Amino acid sequence: MSAATVAYPAETDVADASAEAREDAPPGSFTITLIIRRFIPEIDEEPRWEDFDVNVFPTDRILDALHKIKWEQDGSLTFRRSCAHGICGSDAMRINGRNRLACKTLIKDLDPSKPIYVEAIKGLPLEKDLVVDMEPFFESYRQIQPFLQASGTPDRERHQTVEARARFDDTTKCILCAACTSSCPVFWTDGQYFGPAAIVNAHRFIFDDRDEASQVRLDILNDKEGVWRCRTTFNCSDACPRGIEVTKAIAEVKQAVLRGRA
Amino acid sequence: MWSWVLHRITGVGIYFFLLVHILDTALVRVSPEAYNAVIAQYKNPIMGLGELALVAAIGFHALNGLRIILIDFTGFGTRHQKAMFYIVLALWVVLLLGFAPRHLMHVFGGA
Ligand code: SF4
Ligand code: FES
Repeated sequence: MSAATVAYPAETDVADASAEAREDAPPGSFTITLIIRRFIPEIDEEPRWEDFDVNVFPTDRILDALHKIKWEQDGSLTFRRSCAHGICGSDAMRINGRNRLACKTLIKDLDPSKPIYVEAIKGLPLEKDLVVDMEPFFESYRQIQPFLQASGTPDRERHQTVEARARFDDTTKCILCAACTSSCPVFWTDGQYFGPAAIVNAHRFIFDDRDEASQVRLDILNDKEGVWRCRTTFNCSDACPRGIEVTKAIAEVKQAVLRGRA
Repeated sequence: MWSWVLHRITGVGIYFFLLVHILDTALVRVSPEAYNAVIAQYKNPIMGLGELALVAAIGFHALNGLRIILIDFTGFGTRHQKAMFYIVLALWVVLLLGFAPRHLMHVFGGA
């Protein structure tokens, strides 16, 4: 099944290994094909697609399938993951053409009868297999000053009303996975664009009434590579694993820039 | 995503039309005869289909432009962008249904 479904050359010994695994497959499990875009800089000049057959349960996640491949079939497969529970933001990748966290994507929510394509997120430099260089992404994040800037040193907590807190509640949920920024066609062609994630995190402080540097951040994002690069394609909102209304946050920052205040 | 792709394509298409349009209209300053000759060239079925494409492109670009304005300037726009996209498509189809048959009759039927 593996070689027949793709035009790319398949590793035959990998297919054999999984055929052995199938014989003592636990009940309820089935075999899926994962087609992974591999790139090992020491070996490959260009990325190539390689397919793996893995035995999984419908309730397994793509991350589990990747683990099985790495642990049982090919130890060289490289990807990032840390928490495995959707909170560290390490394992954003393109699964069947959509940016998802591998640890939050269940096999049963995809179509297991067809091969599942997995590749690194786009728009950031590819380092190895599913790992990209996140530095440009974090550089934009740093530029919007993602920390509370308030004068004075109070000796108790800074009070905030429920309404004031609600204004930026959505954007506090970001885990910096880069799924949004790397799904943005503007970012693909213009790596200088701050990108949705940086704007989301700016939003988190711009609309926080305890913060005093909103104006600074609005000025930073009023740049030609700032909020105005957003063309409302909504890819980021579709990609965000935390369900943040990313495009809405960007629109609010745009309006704040026009108003000249948060 | 697709609304944006269509918006781009129609936008670039309209831009090139405008370029040609400004040139051919400017011809009237050169000589009215030359202008008439060029405009007469346009009266063929291929241009007729081109006109249909042009109206379709402008129709979509205009309607989706309104949608983008709502997204950028209202609080509810982003949340209802999908629904608004379908409304744009529906209005677009209605507009084209009104325009296309009559226009094609002119082009091909000689009526
Ligand atoms: S906004 Fe969502 S998709 Fe973007 S980095 Fe944050 S959590 Fe990830
Ligand atoms: S491994 Fe931490 S978010 Fe997926």
